[in-house]
Amino acid sequence: MPWDLKSDRPIYAQLIEQLELRICSGVYPLGSKMPSVRDLAQEASVNPNTMQKALSKLEEDGLIYTNRTSGRFVTEDIDVIHKARNKLAQEQVQEFLKKMIDLGFKYNEILSVINEMLKELKK
Amino acid sequence: MSSLLECKNLSKSFGPVRALDKINLSIGRGRIVGLLGPNASGKSTFIKICNDLLTPTEGEIFINGHKPGIETKKIVSYLPDKNYLNDWMKVSDIIDFFSDFYQDFNKDKAYDMLSRLGITANQRLKTMSKGTKEKVQLILVMSREAQLYLLDEPIGGVDPAARDYILDTIIRNYNENATIIISTHLIADIEKILDDVIFIREGQIVLSKTVDDIREETGKSVDSLFREVFKC
Repeated sequence: MPWDLKSDRPIYAQLIEQLELRICSGVYPLGSKMPSVRDLAQEASVNPNTMQKALSKLEEDGLIYTNRTSGRFVTEDIDVIHKARNKLAQEQVQEFLKKMIDLGFKYNEILSVINEMLKELKK
Repeated sequence: MSSLLECKNLSKSFGPVRALDKINLSIGRGRIVGLLGPNASGKSTFIKICNDLLTPTEGEIFINGHKPGIETKKIVSYLPDKNYLNDWMKVSDIIDFFSDFYQDFNKDKAYDMLSRLGITANQRLKTMSKGTKEKVQLILVMSREAQLYLLDEPIGGVDPAARDYILDTIIRNYNENATIIISTHLIADIEKILDDVIFIREGQIVLSKTVDDIREETGKSVDSLFREVFKC
């Protein structure tokens, strides 16, 4: 998964989103050890202080925890991950809905477009 | 947090030209700072004063509590904006020279970086391209375990792939007690690795903020803000 960072938003906020995405999608599985700050910073080509800040926020939110002697780990609490996953999904749908409304779609039209697309996907 | 570099009312005049005009700055440890400004804004003058190559006309500057001089040269690693190495020397000679000269020079680190960039140690400098010479110089500077790195236009002459490697090197060598100050106008390439940016124009500081604060407050990248502030 490449690190996709836009240039007009704070890097810190984008790193949080991308780390959440990686945790929810299992790139960093439940209970696994996270790479070091330095490795993550290098992978994303960002400043280690910024990466550190993003990881601290995830720790505050309970998605990861620090074991003083052995590093950072992804939480083992599946509920926390489900919540984060739902939050990410809601953000995606919100963004999508906003664009559809800007395009002039009505409620029913949006649903029918989604239904059709889902049928296509099943094939 | 005690600051690593501090200046008060720092000014430098060359005859009638005011190159630095009452600069007040305080830079802490463990930061990567971009010193950004158009040509002739005073970037190199500032860096030269930090290295005791120029003396201030007015004001004061302290690095780790000392005025620039012997004590500060032990902890400051400086990349000048021009090539000063002897052309007849081999890379390995220069590495020996540096390790004799600086207590904090790490030879292993230097050889490791050379091999990653595909530079052979028994090559003479005069047989090298401009870009390769610049890479050698940067490797020498980054191979010191210094507390303050002052890099004057470190990525100007190298290709984008090597530029990425250099930025990677800076991130990899990051240490929380050391600060790196990078002067450049290639902002888009480096803004992701910076903590703070300082905009300087006609010898005065016009802005000093963190990258994320700039993005948060303006919704713009540092690069676009720079283009706006310094629009000709």
